Amino acid sequence: MNGSNSEALLAFTLARRRFFRHKLAVASGLFILFMAVLSASASLIELLRGIDANEVNLFGRFALPSLAAWLGNDELGRDVFVRLLYGGQVSLLVGLITALVAAVIGTIVGLIAGYRGGWLDALLMRLTDSVIALPLLPLLIVLAALDLNKLGLPDFLVQSDKISLYRIIAIVAVVGWTTVARLVRGAALSLRERDFVLAAKAQGASGLRIMTVHILPNLASPIIVATTLSIGNIILLESVLSFLGLGIQPPVASWGNLLTNAQELIFSAPWLALYPGAAIFLTVIAFNFLGDGLQDALDPKAA
Amino acid sequence: MIRYLLDRFLQSVVVLVIMSFVIYWLMGLMPGDPIDLMISADPKLTPADAEHLRGLYGLDKPITERYLNWLTAAMNGDLGFSRLHAKPVFSVLWPALQNTVILLGVSFVLSVALALPLGILAAVRQYSKYDYLVNLVAFAGISIPSFWLALLLITVFSVVLGILPASGSGSLELSSGLADLWDKAKFLVLPITTLIIASIGSHTRFVRAAMVEAMRQDYIRTARAKGASEGRVILKHALRNALIPVVTIIALDFGYLFSGALIVETIFAYPGMGKLIFDAIMGNDFNLAMIAFLFATVLTLAGNLLADLAYGWLDPRINYRISYR
Repeated sequence: MNGSNSEALLAFTLARRRFFRHKLAVASGLFILFMAVLSASASLIELLRGIDANEVNLFGRFALPSLAAWLGNDELGRDVFVRLLYGGQVSLLVGLITALVAAVIGTIVGLIAGYRGGWLDALLMRLTDSVIALPLLPLLIVLAALDLNKLGLPDFLVQSDKISLYRIIAIVAVVGWTTVARLVRGAALSLRERDFVLAAKAQGASGLRIMTVHILPNLASPIIVATTLSIGNIILLESVLSFLGLGIQPPVASWGNLLTNAQELIFSAPWLALYPGAAIFLTVIAFNFLGDGLQDALDPKAA
Repeated sequence: MIRYLLDRFLQSVVVLVIMSFVIYWLMGLMPGDPIDLMISADPKLTPADAEHLRGLYGLDKPITERYLNWLTAAMNGDLGFSRLHAKPVFSVLWPALQNTVILLGVSFVLSVALALPLGILAAVRQYSKYDYLVNLVAFAGISIPSFWLALLLITVFSVVLGILPASGSGSLELSSGLADLWDKAKFLVLPITTLIIASIGSHTRFVRAAMVEAMRQDYIRTARAKGASEGRVILKHALRNALIPVVTIIALDFGYLFSGALIVETIFAYPGMGKLIFDAIMGNDFNLAMIAFLFATVLTLAGNLLADLAYGWLDPRINYRISYR
């Protein structure tokens, strides 16, 4: 790798300082942490208040916010606040995992294309261009509607109650890796001519070793930034698909499918549309600010 | 230049053919095939009848053969029949396309027209309070879920205030001339507002970034040194150069526009291409879904090609003989 330990430490300190100057990014990071912890404690809150957010209570339909139900009840008398937190668990989890999977795919494709070059590079970049050229949302809708039995997936997977979760992670990752792939490919292309790579090559390091040990660590910053920025987008995509009835399926709550419900009730209980949408909006904007701040801190030349 | 163009065009055609096969294959993997639909419509069909029908329509043939049949027919102008609309695909597609062009065209032009001054001013006053505010609002625009925004607008303007229609593209009462135009326009206000808010954030950020970059260049210092007024420096020297990346990115955004149209048209029940695709996919209308989907792909590819061309046209330094990127 380049530079000694103390240099790396200095770079880290500088980056940290630049990040903490970015007040909005710091606040966004804290907000995301808060949302994550709050969502994760959904079942704890249920337990403490002795309620079950999936239980239908027709006498408590559309109850207004009170000390018992902080955001009131929905059309089936379920607690809106706790359902919102369960939705948050799903939406945040999908955003995070999908972004990571997409980043891994993109990094592998980009590294191979950029380092190997030649026909492999041409082929992989054509593939990347083709994926970008597809109309994103219609494609995701088709992928979300596919009959998994016809695809030949094993029954235990298709019948699994988490299948809509796996499916949405898989399909968004399948189309979401292109940004990172292009980024990594461009950087790898210039890095492979640098002295430290040539030195490693002269010492007889294998291609795999050069890619993973020598080139990859130098790409950490742009990958981290791009991945953070993509989380917001992925949460938006998941919520759109779930809203259209193609993503996370009820009774499992996600911020998107909570809004589907709200749309049907827009004339009788318009306030129900407020909370899930605001949750998506604030979380997505927080991830975007966080990514922006990270970019200023880690990659000051690009900003 | 001609060679490069031809090259890029051929590449796009190859991508399109491959994509049409992939989409054809994916459509086959959707739940329910045409025979299932017939069985559910006519309970008297026996399994033997179903098998017979399958052979009759060629559904028992391998996918490559079916695809080639479809391709030959499509090439000869036979796009098939829409199941949902009970009309030939083309006659369903055409009016939807017109509606979408109006919707997307108006919102796109307005969004860019608003983003230009906002972005230029933010770049000229970089790091000022105004710049900070524009940045904040732009991020908000990028991050707001457009379907939620649409729901909020419906709640405020249709449910609470009751001044604008919540869905559709025109009233049922027949009117003519100006009254008809006014009636149609009212139905467009909320969808267009949604699309503008959803796209103006990223447009403004593109303009700002490109202008900041342009203002840093040596020719700006030269222009100032020779005594050009600040307005001339900004509009003549900086903006013209900043437009190059802006045009490129916006042309690359074509496919993204389509996704926006799908969401907005579906929520507002506006009869355009986006809603058409969504309904076709969800309603097992394979012929229609296939063509509408390919059409969207063609648009996106054309956008990419256009971006490449615009880049070379606006920036004469770009040499097409060098293989790109």
